Amino acid sequence: MVVGELDEADVDRIFHALADATRRDILTRVIRAEQSVSALARHYPMSFAAVQKHVAVLERAALVVKERRGREQVVHIDVTALRRAAELLDAYEQLWRHRARAMEQILAEDREGEQS
Amino acid sequence: MSVISIDKDVQALTLTFVAEFDASVERVWRLWEDPRQLERWWGPPTWPATFEQHDFVVGGWSRYHMTGPEGEKSRGWWTITAIDAPHRLEFDDGFAGEDGEPVDTMAPTHGTVSLEAVDGRTRMTVVSKFVDAEQLEQMAELGMEEGMRLAMGQIDAILAETR
Repeated sequence: MVVGELDEADVDRIFHALADATRRDILTRVIRAEQSVSALARHYPMSFAAVQKHVAVLERAALVVKERRGREQVVHIDVTALRRAAELLDAYEQLWRHRARAMEQILAEDREGEQS
Repeated sequence: MSVISIDKDVQALTLTFVAEFDASVERVWRLWEDPRQLERWWGPPTWPATFEQHDFVVGGWSRYHMTGPEGEKSRGWWTITAIDAPHRLEFDDGFAGEDGEPVDTMAPTHGTVSLEAVDGRTRMTVVSKFVDAEQLEQMAELGMEEGMRLAMGQIDAILAETR
């Protein structure tokens, strides 16, 4: 079990997300307090859509969560919950690896039966 | 057998597991359909499953229990929500109480299984969807996590196979 660790793809997404100055700035702001996407957009010389894209990259890296509240989209940090979810999905992956292996054993017995 | 891909979507709480088997689609379908075969692979290594009921039709119910290393029992159920034999199966899988009846405090996991022939082999795609992270957490608490930790011992062998 790799609880406490992230797989390489997760790590890649996190590093990619943090490689950009605007995204680091967005993250710093939402660590302090949750913010709506429109409030965030006022801080940067770029379109609302561009800011939204940056937020989406942070979301994919599981660094922030975006919630729709009325007409606003509110961004907040939820690393712990998301990291825990990732760890639990890792555990579930191991269960499926085990199941597929057990399935293969049953199928292999069929083939042995045919040969004998 | 080879594991083709595993995709975890942390936001959507889905796990997509794709594996290929050197067997026909009909043969792999029987692993799901026949309760005597299903119970040989469903439970984690230290929690073997016993299917007391497996009503493999749309709307049908299954009842099973898994027996832990200390003899403790974890009970579960399935209800089949879609079948298109031998290619597609959808079901809800949840926990049950001592009496075998579904526990309504916990949402079920939804599973979608697709089987397709690829170059004489069978590709199996299983998408597991959780309702929320709390549900995943509860599954872990109910002894699944320990079983999965033990399953880790087999991972090296599986990885060697997929090379």
